[in-house]
Amino acid sequence: MRVRKSRKKYGGSRGGDIAIFILLLLVGLFELFPIYLSVIQSIKPSQELFLFPPKMYVIAPTGQNFVDLLNTASNMWVPFSRYIFNSMLVAVVVTVCQIFFCSFAAYALSKGKFPGQKALNKTIEVALLFTSSVMFIMQYMVMATLGFIDTYLAITLPYIASPMGLFLMRQFMGQIPDAIIEAAKLDGAGHFRTCWQVVMPNVKPAIMTLMIFAFQGAWQVTGYSFIYSEELKPLPTVMANISSAGIARAGVAAASAVVTMIPPIVIFLICQSNVMETMAQSGLKD
Amino acid sequence: MAAKANAGVLHIEDDKFRYTLREMKRSSGLYLMMTPFFILFAIFTFVPVVMSLPIGFTNFNMVQAPHFIGLNNFYALFLEDEVFLKAVQNTLIFAVVTGPISYILCFLLAWLINEMPGALKTVFTFIFYAPSLTGNIFTTWQLIFSGDTYGIANAYLMNLGITKGAIQWLTDANYIFGVVIVVQLWMSLGAGFLSLRAGLQGIPRDRYEAAAVEGVKNRMQELLMVTVPAMGPQMLFAAVMQIVASFTAGDVGRTLTAFPSTDYAAHTIMTHAFDYGTIRYEMGYASAICFVLFGVMLIANWGIKKLLGRYLD
Repeated sequence: MRVRKSRKKYGGSRGGDIAIFILLLLVGLFELFPIYLSVIQSIKPSQELFLFPPKMYVIAPTGQNFVDLLNTASNMWVPFSRYIFNSMLVAVVVTVCQIFFCSFAAYALSKGKFPGQKALNKTIEVALLFTSSVMFIMQYMVMATLGFIDTYLAITLPYIASPMGLFLMRQFMGQIPDAIIEAAKLDGAGHFRTCWQVVMPNVKPAIMTLMIFAFQGAWQVTGYSFIYSEELKPLPTVMANISSAGIARAGVAAASAVVTMIPPIVIFLICQSNVMETMAQSGLKD
Repeated sequence: MAAKANAGVLHIEDDKFRYTLREMKRSSGLYLMMTPFFILFAIFTFVPVVMSLPIGFTNFNMVQAPHFIGLNNFYALFLEDEVFLKAVQNTLIFAVVTGPISYILCFLLAWLINEMPGALKTVFTFIFYAPSLTGNIFTTWQLIFSGDTYGIANAYLMNLGITKGAIQWLTDANYIFGVVIVVQLWMSLGAGFLSLRAGLQGIPRDRYEAAAVEGVKNRMQELLMVTVPAMGPQMLFAAVMQIVASFTAGDVGRTLTAFPSTDYAAHTIMTHAFDYGTIRYEMGYASAICFVLFGVMLIANWGIKKLLGRYLD
């Protein structure tokens, strides 16, 4: 099931290759620029932050902003580590639950046969439209009714049942030959054991891809208006607070941005080789 | 359907019903496996979408019980609330501009990356996806478009003598919309882009060989004759992703420009719902706004499928 790494070109010339490379390089610089900017701002000493015009490089790099970040953030009501803990908790719970719940449901939808299957499959395809950013206000009402507001439940539960996660998993599992599943059944395995011991080990690329999407989504959860208690707030809220202090805190704000972007990048780099294999199955048929 | 084949024959209908029940019982293991996902899905996706209409018919402040007021919220939205009409206008312009542009960008960049040799593919994919990956980092644009002379854009434009004074990028109604579009396009290479990248990589090599035999010579012909026809499903998935992103844009405007933005220049349906739902607690009105948004998105989704379906099948 490995995706071919390269293919000899039939159309296209050497000159065209170079032109494409230069074009991609320019777009790449545009995409990287804000990220590069946060990184250099975070290691600039304060006198360099206020140079005019601003320099795109650092003369005397320093770690002071990161030290200040720890101090400022710890001078707030709760220690900085608490925000990191909150975000990690949310990200890990959401990622693990999403992978398991999506895998079990995807197995039933792609390999089972039962009344209502067509309707559920169609529902999931339409539900791809309704991400948590669209549902936000309506979810607030539901959670207020259920009494989830200002608890960890409010920033974990809504992000677990991701239609996109289920959709990707279903598409990928659809590629697994039915013969493998029939063989497992002949050996006396039930649906759950077939899914757990036969199907899931074969969809590792899809699991890794879901891990990226789930982690990245959960790590960005701000909990805005779902959470009031300072000790339950996740990391992005601290970042927003520091950034809103403006130019005086520019270095510290950049440091907090850098700290926040490291975990999803690490997860992506670990899982990235599997992404292409999964996304190749992401096609939507009308 | 049984009704078609044996219309009016009651006992066959009855058998069909009992057969369904038996099938459901036989599949109880499968239902059990789907339960965790679909319970959460029902609570956090299905109920919110479906409830937006009935709650939209009420006056509801989360403290007292909802109180039925018929179509009043919808009348108010379309006939009295000028800010909402501005928000609808912004959302549509925004969707019409960023939707197609970001979609074409996703496809073109995915295609161009695919023309590169192996290692470069991985590097470029990572770089282009990085803004989606790092998410909240878009606040860095505040630094670039800051209204004072420390803002990168202002500093360089002034230093080069292109502009005389500092431009208020984030508070001048003339610039806000443009800035938000640039930032939105910057972070638009998300799951749809990855899907297209993967789809391109998965096109079997023999299709290109066959095309070369039939006289396809350059990249353009290869793209139109071989690549696009093989990419239908991925193109549809990417289209859905870009619809979602362009219709629900609101966070970028709300975070970068002040809220509410000058002259409501960056106000979208999402920000309007945010205003009534989380600041004024007029939940009935907020639900009506959400219902309109859901309706517009479903129509856009249906339209895109019809449009792409015609060209791809």
